[in-house]
Amino acid sequence: MPSTSRTILIGGTLSAALTAPVMAAAAPATMDVTITIPQLKVAEYHRPYVAIWVEKAGAPAKTVAVWYDYDMKNNEGTKWLRDVRQWWRAAGRTMTFPANGITGATRAPGAQKISFSRAQLGATAAGEYTLVIEAAREVGGRELLRIPFTWPAKAGAGGRAAGKTELGAVTVAFR
Amino acid sequence: MKKQILGLVATVALAAMAVVPASAHRQWMMPSSTVLSGDDVWVTVDAAVSNDLFYFEHQPLRLDTMKAWAPDGTEVQLENKATGRYRSTFDVHLTQKGTYRIASVSDGLMGSYDLNGKTERLPRGTTAANLAERIPAGATNVKTAEANNRNEIFVTVGEPTTTLFKPVGKGIELVPVTHPNDLIAGEAATFQFLLDGKPAADLPVTVIPGGIRYRDQLGEQHLKTGADGKVEVTWPEAGMYWLNVTTPQAGEAAEGTPPPIARRASYVTTLEVLAP
Repeated sequence: MPSTSRTILIGGTLSAALTAPVMAAAAPATMDVTITIPQLKVAEYHRPYVAIWVEKAGAPAKTVAVWYDYDMKNNEGTKWLRDVRQWWRAAGRTMTFPANGITGATRAPGAQKISFSRAQLGATAAGEYTLVIEAAREVGGRELLRIPFTWPAKAGAGGRAAGKTELGAVTVAFR
Repeated sequence: MKKQILGLVATVALAAMAVVPASAHRQWMMPSSTVLSGDDVWVTVDAAVSNDLFYFEHQPLRLDTMKAWAPDGTEVQLENKATGRYRSTFDVHLTQKGTYRIASVSDGLMGSYDLNGKTERLPRGTTAANLAERIPAGATNVKTAEANNRNEIFVTVGEPTTTLFKPVGKGIELVPVTHPNDLIAGEAATFQFLLDGKPAADLPVTVIPGGIRYRDQLGEQHLKTGADGKVEVTWPEAGMYWLNVTTPQAGEAAEGTPPPIARRASYVTTLEVLAP
């Protein structure tokens, strides 16, 4: 089981995608997201669980990434997924874990990058979308940020939001 | 002498059984969680009868009739059961995905009979099955009325399911329009209540937020079911709420006399409302 869950991780392939040379294509096909996980001066620190999903009016929420303790024995890390409460209600509670292409390890404080293809985002249809980022930390708090975007997207910076407690700056760019 | 004491005991027992009259203590259950994730999860439940919600400070809720059912309808064993001075507690191992029901249901008979020129109350624990043996020879003017009491909670692992909401057709039952494990502060929730399997119109519904001990006002909502048995509740803030539905009380009994014998049914649940 642990080996299965490890092979489905997307973290590795994503950082590879990030470092790949930027295509000089006309229409962007990829969204790069940078999520700053704040360094917190607390006695007991645990990396936050983070869920990233896409909302579109009239469509079910589409989860694109969940960072959690996926490698605990007996899948025990899933016990706290419900603490990422808006995501849990919008999408998480109907999913099974680990989720192929979505499950990822928790990330350390600092700027964390992750990229999504247009297909991964479920944004094949042109229109208005919202990227939602929600973080919940054990013995800590919870915070949620929304960044609207449209598809087709323009290359370059595509939106930003800044958290106050559990999330730092989150930026979106298209390439 | 002995009979008189017994009669008194019966009256007191009856009063205690009477389904949550306005001035009585409140029965409640408090689960450790209602919305859960994971593959191997447990919920622990405190159960008590008290004035303040949700503080155990009066009597434990007895576990004699407490049961739990998994989403597929099978009965689940209650584990680590204990009854202390002020509360009972037990655990339920949640091995399936979906909504579990944990309930204490009692279907009894209240009533009285005349014997030797005196009116006696039927003792607590009288049911349709044991009524005959509880009425002494020579009793006349036997009056009975059903008393159905349901105290239940729901907990959900993963996606909420409605497999356990098929009405049994006895007493007051909840039919979800809004699922009881999908409640968010500021959002209106609608529940339908049935009495003996039929939509129960004009039943009083009382909703009280927990944490009474640390505030001045009770903050209760007094609602009424509509013609279709439905009631809409809006939760001012996140937290645990006590919800009680009863058949209307048939007038206040005079001081010192037992309440009139009339059909009674009561429903109690604890609802967790999450922050948006």
